[in-house]
This record gives sequence, C-alpha cells and structure tokens, in this order.
Amino acid sequence: MFLLLVGMLFAMFISSTEKSRKKLFIIFSMKTTYSEEELIMQNNTQVLSKRTSIWLAILAVSSVAATFSTQAVADDKEVKLGIVTFLSGGAAGPFGIPARNAAELMVESINAGTVPAPYSAKGLAGAMVTPIYVDEASKQKVADYKKLVQKDSVDAIVGYISSGSCKAIAPVAEEEKKLTVLFDCGTPQIFEDIVTEPKYVFRTAAHATMDNVAAAKYVLDTHPDAKSIAGINQNYAWGQDSWRDFSASMAVLKTDVTTTTEQFPKIYAGQYGSEISALLTKKSDIVHSSFWGGDMEALVIQGGGRSLFKRSQVVLTAGETAIEGLGAQMPDGTIIGARGPNGPLAPDNALNDWFQKAYSDRYGSSPTYPSYHMAQAILGVKAAMDKAGSTDQEAVIAALKGSTFESPSGTVSMALSDGHQAIQETAYGTYKFDKETGKSTLVNIKRYAANCVNPPEGTKSIDWIKSGFKGADCK
Amino acid sequence: MRSQLDRTEKLLIVGLPILIALGFILPEWIVNYIQVSLGTGLVALGVMIQMRAGLVSFGQGLYFCIGGYAAGMAGKFLGISDIFLLLACGLIASVTIAFAAGFLLRRYREIFFAMLSLALSMILFGLLSKLEMLGSTDGFNLPSATYLGWAPEGDTAKHALYVATCIPTIICAFLLNRYLRSPMGYIGEALRENEIRLEYLGTSAHRAVHIKYVIAAGVSGIGGVLWALALGHVDPEMTNWTTSGQFVFISILSGTGNIVAPLFGTFILEIVRVYAVELSPNTWQMILGTLMLLTIIFLPRGLWSLIQEKKHAKKSGGEK
Repeated sequence: MFLLLVGMLFAMFISSTEKSRKKLFIIFSMKTTYSEEELIMQNNTQVLSKRTSIWLAILAVSSVAATFSTQAVADDKEVKLGIVTFLSGGAAGPFGIPARNAAELMVESINAGTVPAPYSAKGLAGAMVTPIYVDEASKQKVADYKKLVQKDSVDAIVGYISSGSCKAIAPVAEEEKKLTVLFDCGTPQIFEDIVTEPKYVFRTAAHATMDNVAAAKYVLDTHPDAKSIAGINQNYAWGQDSWRDFSASMAVLKTDVTTTTEQFPKIYAGQYGSEISALLTKKSDIVHSSFWGGDMEALVIQGGGRSLFKRSQVVLTAGETAIEGLGAQMPDGTIIGARGPNGPLAPDNALNDWFQKAYSDRYGSSPTYPSYHMAQAILGVKAAMDKAGSTDQEAVIAALKGSTFESPSGTVSMALSDGHQAIQETAYGTYKFDKETGKSTLVNIKRYAANCVNPPEGTKSIDWIKSGFKGADCK
Repeated sequence: MRSQLDRTEKLLIVGLPILIALGFILPEWIVNYIQVSLGTGLVALGVMIQMRAGLVSFGQGLYFCIGGYAAGMAGKFLGISDIFLLLACGLIASVTIAFAAGFLLRRYREIFFAMLSLALSMILFGLLSKLEMLGSTDGFNLPSATYLGWAPEGDTAKHALYVATCIPTIICAFLLNRYLRSPMGYIGEALRENEIRLEYLGTSAHRAVHIKYVIAAGVSGIGGVLWALALGHVDPEMTNWTTSGQFVFISILSGTGNIVAPLFGTFILEIVRVYAVELSPNTWQMILGTLMLLTIIFLPRGLWSLIQEKKHAKKSGGEK
C-alpha cells in the first residue's frame, strides 16, 4: 500500500508544475501552517481547494493507516470467516439480510457455546470465530474475494447467493486454494460444468434441481389428475432453469400432461397484468412459479385479486420467504416450497427448535430459508473443524468431504461431486392461514428422501430428469 | 511540435515499466484491483473523450459488454484463448456495432444523446438476459488466456495477464492522448463550445461525433476484454445502466483534464470502496456518496484539478 502511494506520488510529480509540486509537498507532509509567502501565492479559491486537498490527504493517509492496523497479529485461537451475502440491492431484503442475521446469530452462539448438541463446544475446534462481512452486490466480486483471502487472510469463506457469483467465484477459489463454502446459490452447473474436480469448493445446500423435481412430485401426489401445466417465471437464469426442470419432471412423471403457456416476464417487473390474463384464459390445472421477493408478493396480490389462485393450483417453489409477511393475502391452498426442508417445513428436532427461537427472539421474525442455508453452511464448517480438531485447511477439507452433519433442517450429506455437493431430504406443503391466531402455517406436508429428488453421483441433473429419474430411491 | 512527446506521454512511457514492476512488488490483491481498474479505466477513458465534446454517454457499458462477450464467445464457441485474437475480436465487434449505431447517435446531443446511448445499452441487457444459450443473467466463464501458443500456469499466468493488461491500456491511453491533441481531437472541444461555428469553418460536426463515438467504443471494447479476462467471467450486468453510470461517475470524479485521470480515478475509487466495505459493510454506499458530493462541491473539475489548476493560473488564458 505504501509503495503504491509512493508510485502515485511519483507520477503526480512528473506531470505537475513547479507550484503544484510545492503544493503536493505540502499535502503529503501534512503541514498545517503556511508561511507568509505561501499564503500570498494563493488566491481565495486556491486556499479553499488546498484545504480540500489536505482533507483528501488525511483520508488517504488514514486509509493507509487502516491497512496496517488491520494486519494485526493473528491470535492462534482465532478463526476468521469471510461471509459474503447481498447487503444491498434487490436481493438483500428477501435473501441477503436474513442470511447475514443468521450468520451473526450463529457466530455469536458458537463463540458463546450456546448451540445445542452436537455443537455445544465453544468455537470452531476451540478457536473463536471472527466474521468479516462483505457485500455481494459488487462489480468486482473476484477482486473482493482475493482481498478476503490475501489481505484479511480468512480461514474459510462462506457465501454467495447469486448463481452468477458462484460461477465466477468457484474457479477462483480453486486457484486461490481457499476453503469456500457456497451456501445458497442454486445452479447445478457449479460442479457439473464449471469445477468438475473440486478440492476447495463445497456447497452445503442442495442445488435447485431438487426443488423443482420435488415440486412436480408433490403436485402429482396431491393432484393426480392434473392434465395441463403453465409457468410464470422471471426471465433470467434462475427462472428459466426452474421452469425447465419442473416442466421436464412433469413430462416424465405424467406423460399426458400438456403445457399451455410459458410466461417469462422480466425480473423486478412488478406488474403482471397481461401475464395473469394469459394464465387465466388458458385455465391450466397447475401454475408453476419460481418468483421470489417483491415480485412474488406482487404476483400473489395481483393474481389473488383476479382469482388466478382459485382457477388454477399455484405452486410457488420459493414461496416460503413471503408467507409470514403476506398472511391472509396469500390464498389458502397454494403449494409452498422453501428450497429444502426449511422454515415451517423444517423437521422436528432440538437444533431447529433452538434456531427458530433464538432467531425470532433476536430479530422479531421467523427465520426463512436463506437463514437456514446460512446456518447449515456455518454448522457444516463447525462440524468439519471440530471433527478435524484443528482449523488447518487440509484437515478441515478432509473432514468436510463426504461428511454427514446435522443442521436445523435435518441431516445433510455431502454425497455428490466427490463429496463436495450436499444432498438432503426436502418437503413441500400447502398454505393455510389460521384466522384465529393470525399465523401462517403449512399443512399436508410431504417429505421426499434425499436420494429420491437428487441425481445420483456422476449424472448431470437434466440428463437424470430426462432419463426418467434413473437410480432414484423413493422409499 | 506535435511530433514531440508531451508531458502526459512521457508520464505514460515512464509509467509503464513502473506499473509492471508494481505488479511484482505489491501484494496480489492490490495488483488484482489495479488490473480490474485498468480494464474499467479504459471505458472511463471512452466516456471522458466524449465528455470533452460535451457528450455524456450513459450507455458506455454497451461496448464494455460487447468487448467482454465477444472475447467470451470466441472462447466458448470457437475455442480461441489467444489474448491477441481475443482483443481483436472485442475491438472489431465493438467498432463495427459503434459504426452502425453512430449513424443514429451522431444526430443527437446533450440529454438526447445520453438517453439514446442508455437505451441501446439496455436493449443489449434485455437480450442477453433472455438468452439461455449464453447463461442468461448468470453469464458464463472465459478460458484462461494464452499468448501466441504459450499457456502459463499458476503465478506466471497471473503476472503474464497483468502485464498483458498494462501494455494495451497504456498504448490506448497514449494513442488517445495523441488523438485529443490532433486537429480531430480539438474539433471535439469546438463541438462542445459552438457547433454552428464549427460547421461554418467547413467541418462536419456529425462526422466528428461519429469518429469520436467509434473511437470511444473501440477503447471500451478493449477494456471489456481485459476486464473479462481478469475476472474470468462475463454477465449481462456489464451493460446494465448501473455499470454505465459508474463510468460517468468515475469521469466526473477524476476530471476530464488529462488522459491519465480516469485510470487513476478508477483505481482510487476502487480502493476507497474496498475500505468503505471493510469499515461498514452495510452502509458503504453512503461513504462513496459523501465522497462524490464533496468532490463535486470542492473540486468541480475533478480530482485531477488538484494538480492542474496551477498550470492554468500560470499560463493566464488557459492556452495549452
């Protein structure tokens, strides 16, 4: 950093005149008083800008000072976790902030040793966790990642919600040789196409194929006579992939199902009048949507007002993040998914009871699936570090690879992609608003075993669906 | 006179070996920020040379993206990974499209130019977001660069790519400086001051704008290729208006006084952002915003005026 400043100074010197050289000298020597002669040389505006320049210089100097001060000597009983989620932008509200909240909660509880068994030991392998939060909404994601690894020398990085981020980061993580746990992004491409022989990259959440395969199974379990399907999905990677997986699964599971219409409005459109009209005129038995956040709430409110939910059975694969906020506005009978057995679909276990309570006590709302995914990723790291008995990267990777660990959403096994990709069971439910207590609940919950809705090792997701779910074990 | 090197050009020539040397001395994460800043800095340069003519391009991300995607698609579909070919692809693609679009844009000025350039860039954004073949909004990854058959690995690859980023950037900056000092370049300034008088002097304003637009697109395309190679990934966010807005922001922040200003400005902004995120991960935008406000209030001609204003005072009349 210092050298860089010198270099910049040098460059500035060359291209400046005699006078500005003097001024630069003043700026960087941080002289606060001026001689008579210097003052005469300046007119008013220049004095003003000199003050400004001093102000800027102070900023520059303090930022340099910050560099050195943050490179404090690392305690050997400390473990640094880089945590990257959306802290600003459209995805921050529904995903990024709940995930960051969960990270804060987990880090504090782990340091205090208040997480229930089997995680009741303090710290990660005895070392206290220091989190470093970074905003995923950045144009220089890779440079930010390298900064975490090299400057902040983190021991591991947990992060990334957008599949685009994961695609860019995964190869860099392998290059930088740093343990990186992707916690939420859904695209199956990460280990199927981009990093086919992972060593440092892990993903502790199941990929998005599971969500839509399970959605198709739930639809046919509850509506065995469904004849036609329609889709309304955002016109970007997540929406396109979700619809492709869902419609392909339906075609395999029930060959006489026809697709009436595929609507792809653009993301953050907010107005779905014409798409809802198209869905209404087609009168499909099933309407599938992977909408999330504000777009989903808009769809529910606009579609609800026009009886879309009465005419067709609507499936919202990522509906769980909004049910608490929508309350009575979400029509009863809507099929809701949570990208895994999370939130109201989570199994009954001590970890989940603790997580639900600790989270809602602290933040005043129930944890949604991004919170669960984050907790799951941090617990995965904890399980591996505790098992390895150290925070040494090689040992942790060996312990995490192919492991099985408990989380608030049940047992997670790192079964795919040579032990780097998690699978877990999943569940879907039907929405019911309890008018008396004012609570949003899910009823008729059906669970699908991990091996039933995830492709076996070595098979690409879409090939697996098209092969008629070859190798699926749905006992 | 014009054949002589002016101060900026000397600075660029001296600066190149220093810049390359820094790549070996500094910690890698800073080098990485320098590298991406050079890529985006080139696009800011493209915005800046248009600003000299009073044209604010709010859609320069268009050519940044075209450059990146041209290189990416050459890698993905044709298997090309040679950096010289990729740069050529990016340059040809952006120049060709700019040449065509220039016939439309050269007829507009001020806010109409800004809005039309913005509209063009958002059309590409919409198109790319719909294209599943190109990974939609997730984008796709680029191959590692090779150099005339030489395919380095590990640290060598990082250094090679850094050097390969520095050289085209400095060459572009050098040529642009030449362009701005040429009669063609000065027409730009005349264009900003009085377009009618310019026409009476016997020059076509349309043609001057067209040439400027194509040149700016060419540099931005090269910037896009270099940036995409440094990141290893392209996505439609490159042509979103927020990206284009950032280039305008950089040009305003650093000032249009000198060709080096946007390159420095980009890097300074990047470093300020990094520390702002470190200082307050939840409200880092506020720090950046405050900085921009202060710059606009106290340094209306950008950071570069800290260095330049004295020169004007000395040569009373401001003639260069």
